[in-house]
Amino acid sequence: MHMNWFKYSSPQTFYPLAGKMIPWFFWAASLLCAVGLYVSFAIAPTDFQQGEAYRIIFVHVPAAWMSMFIYLVMAGWAAMGLALNARLSAMMAQALAPTGAMFTLLALVTGSLWGKPMWGTWWVWDARLTSELILLFLYLGFMALQSSIDDPRRADRAGALLALVGVVNVPIIYFSVKWWNTLHQGSSINMGVAPKMAATMLLGMLLMALAFWMYSVAVALMRVRCIMLERERSSDWVQSLSAKGSK
Amino acid sequence: MNQTWLTVLRRDLLLALRRRSDIATTLFFFVIVSSLFPLGIGPEPAVLSSIAPGVLWVAALLAGMISLSRLFAADSADGSLEQMLLAPQPLAWLVSAKIFAHWLVCGLPVVLLAPLIGLQYAMPNDALWVLVYSLLLGTPTLSLIGAIGAALTLGVRGSGLLVALLVLPLYIPTLIFGAGAVAASAHGMSAEAHLSLLAAVSLLSLVLAPLATAAALRISVE
Repeated sequence: MHMNWFKYSSPQTFYPLAGKMIPWFFWAASLLCAVGLYVSFAIAPTDFQQGEAYRIIFVHVPAAWMSMFIYLVMAGWAAMGLALNARLSAMMAQALAPTGAMFTLLALVTGSLWGKPMWGTWWVWDARLTSELILLFLYLGFMALQSSIDDPRRADRAGALLALVGVVNVPIIYFSVKWWNTLHQGSSINMGVAPKMAATMLLGMLLMALAFWMYSVAVALMRVRCIMLERERSSDWVQSLSAKGSK
Repeated sequence: MNQTWLTVLRRDLLLALRRRSDIATTLFFFVIVSSLFPLGIGPEPAVLSSIAPGVLWVAALLAGMISLSRLFAADSADGSLEQMLLAPQPLAWLVSAKIFAHWLVCGLPVVLLAPLIGLQYAMPNDALWVLVYSLLLGTPTLSLIGAIGAALTLGVRGSGLLVALLVLPLYIPTLIFGAGAVAASAHGMSAEAHLSLLAAVSLLSLVLAPLATAAALRISVE
């Protein structure tokens, strides 16, 4: 059977498909989130060292995972947009950035909320905290560059190049910060995850990560729909859509 | 091809020499920024010598950054950038000559002046030498990575501030290894590991940054 892989690569065909997919991802996200929160708050045992306050990791760790994962996905879309010169890929990259920045911020905030009762301070120049902060800067740079260029095609391509440069730099930054940290601080704080994590804790974390993933997909699709309408506002399919809507 | 490279280099140096105040601005910026810290923190030599590596490196970083907007702006305004894009020689090759000129004009004076400021910060002699080595290895990276940011923000509104947002996070490894080398030698340890890593970062950016800058220029000009 012949399949046209590029059928949904045009905004016109992707717009209704995304509209159909969004509710599914939202339902999956809310369902997983409900189960995940139940597992993390009702079933997972209280940590014997950290008490109840450790439960913030069920939001913190998945948010940190998503913040890095979304940057990779964003750079992937950006590379596809550059290589194949596809409009939709660049729009996806643009749509993912705010969600990634939001998860980065969430990871930083929950991390400091966790740090206060555990370490006694809101902020430590720990390697992971610092590299997460730099990741936030990279997201902000990407969004600032895209929003300050008026021509959408140039904005797409410049943003894509920046995302790729960022992806090459992320491991270098991560290791440099890690070595900087070990040289400067000694191991006053061992942030390593407890070696024996209860299976239910891991389950809670994975469920929450999946929930965040589904949420990201849903929100990115919603945002990409808005971007498509905005960019293609003078095209026929948007005109006919709005004519249908106003009836 | 080498002839063209030298021509571009000579042209950029000549342009910089005809406007000497531009070079002086970068240098004075470096001096002023690094003179502000003792005024803000206090004149105790022990404190100053412990913050000196970081302060001097951050000042060098900022001085390299404020001069970035000049890298392509004038060429873009008078059309010679488009001629470079149309030239038969690879754009990345020509761009590397421009970046080298930028380093000679903005990076090298800072490298040469840094030990003088280091003396004001009561740095030990060995650390002063390591400061020069580390700046010599690290400042080319600043020009190389900065060129990507300058090319991406060419002709964009608010490009001066935007380039800071884009480029400063990418400078972090250079800052860490550079300041780390100086701090290590000030504490009597070997700076070799830091300097090796600094050289590795420099070589990597030497290979990749001109290509990325050329791609960014094509995006900006089309």
